[in-house]
Amino acid sequence: MKAIVNIGLKQGVLDDQGKAINHALGTLGFKEIVKDVRVGKQIIIELGDLSQDAAKAEVTKMCEELLANTVIEDYNIEIVG
Amino acid sequence: MNVAVLQFLGTNCEYDTKWAFEQLGAKATVIWHQDTQIPVGTDLVVIPGGFSYGDYLRSGAIARFANIMKSVSEYAAKGGKVLGICNGFQILLEAGLLPGAMKRNDTLHFISRHHTLAVVNNNNTFLQECKVGEVLNIPVAHHDGNYYIDSDGLAELYANEQVLLKYCDKDGNPISMNGAVDHIAGICNKQKNVFGLMPHPERAMQELLGSSDGVRMLQGFFK
Repeated sequence: MKAIVNIGLKQGVLDDQGKAINHALGTLGFKEIVKDVRVGKQIIIELGDLSQDAAKAEVTKMCEELLANTVIEDYNIEIVG
Repeated sequence: MNVAVLQFLGTNCEYDTKWAFEQLGAKATVIWHQDTQIPVGTDLVVIPGGFSYGDYLRSGAIARFANIMKSVSEYAAKGGKVLGICNGFQILLEAGLLPGAMKRNDTLHFISRHHTLAVVNNNNTFLQECKVGEVLNIPVAHHDGNYYIDSDGLAELYANEQVLLKYCDKDGNPISMNGAVDHIAGICNKQKNVFGLMPHPERAMQELLGSSDGVRMLQGFFK
């Protein structure tokens, strides 16, 4: 079982890296189709045996305590396997 | 005056900081992050600059779980004075000892140069030797100094005179340096005993180094 955690800046917090990538995609000719770019990070955690619900609860604690800075970041957890 | 300068894996300003406080007559001791107690009789804890734990995950995110930080939190809760410089500021934000968070500089560049700072409030221990509106010339060196706080938090900072320093031009007009909200370079907590700033006063202790404006800043802790 593993947890896939996606972390990104909250909506409303200016994403300067996303903005720079958006600009670069524009200069490459994708200006017409690219509306917005947001950058995040993905953390993949291999977990031992536990239920889906327990896994979600534990990984939520990890996000709140360490993986995300909830002042500026949102996170999303997917439990697979 | 006894100063405890913390040292984490990846800290690189601990000896400059120790030297700076010694120049002003303090006894400064470097404290290893695995220690569990701030030494008895400490008048000021300084979390110096550097790249603790390689800035992995987020700057300061790992250092805040070091053994010594529990003692720092207890020390601060009892009113003990704590100063975080650069990475030290980032650690204090991650630890929740100061409000807000750091983002990557809006230019996405690492910025390393002297910059002028305007003193916003001096009604605190740290900047009591400086005048409001005074322009200080202090080096900055960081990648993640784009200070963020939401609008309610910002209003609270102003209401409690917690905004200490802003990046400014040579005439003292605030200007954007790294994208920080309202060009904020340094803040303190509501109780005015925990201070954080991105610029490095310990690197501005002699004219030979380009500026001695750091002297007046650090001297505040000796009053």
